[in-house]
Order: sequence, then structure tokens, then C-alpha cells
Amino acid sequence: MTNSEKNRLKDKAFQVFGVFCTFIGLVVLAIFLIDIVIEGIARIDWDFLTSLPSRRAASAGILTAWAGTIWILILSALIAFPLGIAAGVYLEEYAKKTKLSNFLEINIANLAGVPSIIYGLLGLELFVRFMKLGGSLLAGALTLSLLILPIIIVTTREAIRAVPRTIRDGSFALGASKWQTVWYQVLPSSFGGILTGVILALSRAVGEAAPLIVIGALAYVPFVPSSPMDEFTVLPIQIFNWTSRPQAAFLTNAAAAIIILLLITFLLNGVAVYLRHRQQKKIKW
Amino acid sequence: MKKPSKLEAINLDAYYGDFHALKSINVAMEEKAVTAFIGPSGCGKSTFLRTFNRMNDYIDGFRIDGQILLDGRDIYANDVQVDELRKEVGMVFQKPNPFPKSIFENVVYGLRIQGIKDKKILQETCEKSLRQAAIWDEVKDKLDKSALALSGGQQQRLCIARALAIQPSVILMDEPASALDPISSAKIEELIYELKKDYTIVIVTHNMQQAGRVSDYTAFFYMGELVEYAKTKTMFTSPHDTRTQNYITGRFG
Repeated sequence: MTNSEKNRLKDKAFQVFGVFCTFIGLVVLAIFLIDIVIEGIARIDWDFLTSLPSRRAASAGILTAWAGTIWILILSALIAFPLGIAAGVYLEEYAKKTKLSNFLEINIANLAGVPSIIYGLLGLELFVRFMKLGGSLLAGALTLSLLILPIIIVTTREAIRAVPRTIRDGSFALGASKWQTVWYQVLPSSFGGILTGVILALSRAVGEAAPLIVIGALAYVPFVPSSPMDEFTVLPIQIFNWTSRPQAAFLTNAAAAIIILLLITFLLNGVAVYLRHRQQKKIKW
Repeated sequence: MKKPSKLEAINLDAYYGDFHALKSINVAMEEKAVTAFIGPSGCGKSTFLRTFNRMNDYIDGFRIDGQILLDGRDIYANDVQVDELRKEVGMVFQKPNPFPKSIFENVVYGLRIQGIKDKKILQETCEKSLRQAAIWDEVKDKLDKSALALSGGQQQRLCIARALAIQPSVILMDEPASALDPISSAKIEELIYELKKDYTIVIVTHNMQQAGRVSDYTAFFYMGELVEYAKTKTMFTSPHDTRTQNYITGRFG
């Protein structure tokens, strides 16, 4: 075999290997999804969505769980969105490159990698005990906001950085202040990217069970929360609770609840993809 | 009688951190004339241009010694507000940089950030500025369309209109035609010729012929020094310094 034949063979071999690597994740996920759908799809009906939890699997529903998830989603968004964007704008546009800003940057990147259960412990200490919020929706949303804040800050900075220097220069040269440049030029141009990041962060928050269990969210909540100070449960906790029961009927319930949770996260991700796409179409530098 | 100098640099040194970018520059620029800065890449001419509207202020590690006078007033003095200075000294950049907004909004941006909301004033200024920049006829029917849909040359004239809208007395141009095709480039040159009746223009260019065509005075920079500064005709016909001669005849740079 000549050298060039060997090279072509290697090329081919890597291509096949690459295809294998690409598909392995997708195939596993697909098998899991198909399994879940077969198990749970028949269980989903109007009653399942609108019933309170119950000790009997057949009459148990996920009303409190998905209502709790939606509450958490909205509260976390309201808290993390302004904080994350403000911090991202500050770090990218205002902060001078000092040792302090370097230190902040490195630690924000680190925070994004801290296990979520640690945030749960922080939330327990700070929000539940110190601020005496108890196992409330507000405490849960604050905890998850801390969890996703680093992600929002990082994606905000990336989106802002994608706005060309020349746009800022143009604005400054016309006498605009930094704030005016950020408000009239940088944020409108990067908003799609920022929103995408926020939504993806939220879809991560929606799937979290561990930190909420730590702060005392309950598996069994017999009412739909009506204020941020109410106790609550969320879909992941409900799912976790059902999968740990011995009766097969509860596993079916869990599978059905997983489908609903996946629908919510896919919906969020879909919105994120749509926004990013629209942004790319609208602005070509 | 010699016209008074509009802009003046006195013993100006500029640094990026440890790098000495401009070395004791002394130059006075005439009002309502075009002064061209020429020189090889990295010679400091763009840095120098950007000191006149303090665009270097945001660069970490940048500092200057010496003075820049606009109408005899030091623009780096403590009591000078940068936004006020930039209303007086407009700038056009190398790459056309229209904002991703409508043509109208691009032109009136400078007024909007000053808090001017009166529709009539905005519309009048928009038309006047676009006419001055010789682009009114091409865009008058699509003022609400995105500025990004214009051609490169049109975008650059829009950027000039945008700079004119806040009624500066000086316009700085940083290689305004280098990213454009020859026809668009010629339009910009014509425009500069028109504008110098009302404005003091300082232009950085890499194009010798362009410098020769549009400018009244030329300054040649080399390695951070102002090597020669003279009437353009004089400089291009009988340069004093051999470095100038080598550069304008194309032997280096």
C-alpha cells in the first residue's frame, strides 16, 4: 500500500468513527425517549394534568407539579434576567481590565461549574433560614436564580462581544455616553443572543430537582401555590418521587410526567432557537 | 493673510502602555481646509487623528503628554466634556459603520441622544444632512428602510451625513474610501471637496493619489514622528526629507 493510499484509508476510517461518535448520543437519547413515550403517553389525559397528587397512582395528577414548575420558571426569570444582564454589561462594557475584574471573571466561570446541590445548600442557609423564607417558591426561585446567574452572565457577555467595535465607535463619535451606546446600540443588537442564553439557562433550571429538595420543596403538595410565599413542588421532584415507589403504576405516572417536562424544555429550547435564527436573519454586519 | 489654525498639537506624545506611538508632534491645521495624514501602517497617523476627538480614551493603557488645541482651547483639559467635544469634532471611519436601524434613525441618532424629540427638527436635519452628503436623491424614498441594505459607498456617505447632522466644525476621516470601489471612492472625494467650504477636514489615507487630489496640506508620519508637513503641492513636487520622497514615490510603505 502506498503512502497516499494509507492516508486515504485513515481519512475514511476517521469519517466512519466520527459518524459513530455523532450518533451514539443521539441513538441513546432516542431509545430513552421512545421507551418513555411507549410507557407514559397513554397515561396523559386531561385528568392527569388537572388532578392533585394522590396516594393511589390511578387518580394521581401533576397539577401542583407543573404549576410549581411554571411559577419557578417565571420567578427565576424575573430575578435572574435583570441581574445577569446588568452584570454582563458591566463586565463587558464598563469594567477596566484590572486584577479585580480578572478575579471576578475567573470566579464567574467557576461558579457555572459548581454542582447544583451546593447551590441548594447555599439557598437553604441564606434564603430558607437566614432570610426566613422557608421552603417557599420564592426561596426556590432565588436559589435557582443563583444557579443560572453565571450562565446568563457568560452568554450575555458573549452576545455583547459579538456587536462589532465599529458600532460602538460610531456611537461614541456622535457624542453618545457609554450608557447611551449600551442602551441604543449594544443591547438592541445583542438582545436575541442574550434572550437565547437566558431561555437555555431557564430550561436548565426547570429540570433541576436536587437544589430544590435541599431547600425543602415537598413531594406532596395538596394545593396549587397562589403566591410566591407558598410551599411548592416541581415536576422533577414529582418524577423523582414516583420513580422511587415500588408500584409499577407510579412508574407509568413518572413516564407521563417526564413527557410533560420534556415538552416544557423542548418548547423553551425551540423558542431559543427561533429567536437566535431571527436575530441572525435580521442583522448581518 | 493666513487663516487662523483650527486644530493644533503642541509637543504631543502618545503611549499605548510602554509603546511610544507619537513622538513630540507639533502641527497646526488651517480652518476650512483639508489636511491629509499619510505614512506607512503603524506610523501613528490614525492614533493622532483619534486624539482630536479623544476616541483613544477608552483604550486601556493609552495616555498622552502635551496639548491638543481646538480653537485655541485644550481639549484634554479637566473641564472638557468628551460628549461636547464630539459634537464639535465629527468622525467617519474606515469601514462604513451604519447602525442596524433605518436610514432616518441613523442620521438623527446624534440628535436623539442629545434629547431632541421634535419631529420637525429631526426631519429637517435629516434631509439637510443627507443633501450635504450627496445621498439624498438616492435614499429619499426609503428613509424608513434599513441602512444595512445600502451599498458600501452609500453607507459611507450615510455615515458622513450622520456626522454632519450634529453640526460639527471639524470632520475627522480615517481612510474613508479605502473599503470602497473606485466609483464610490471618487464620490467621497468629490464630497470632501464640497465639504471643505464649511468644515475643517482631517483625513488619513493610504492612497497617495487621493491625498494629492483632495488635500490642501499633507503631513507625512513615520515611526511615530511627524517627518514633514507642508502644502500638498509642495510636498508632492519637492519633498525635503528623503524618507518622504521614498514614501511618496512608492519605494517603501
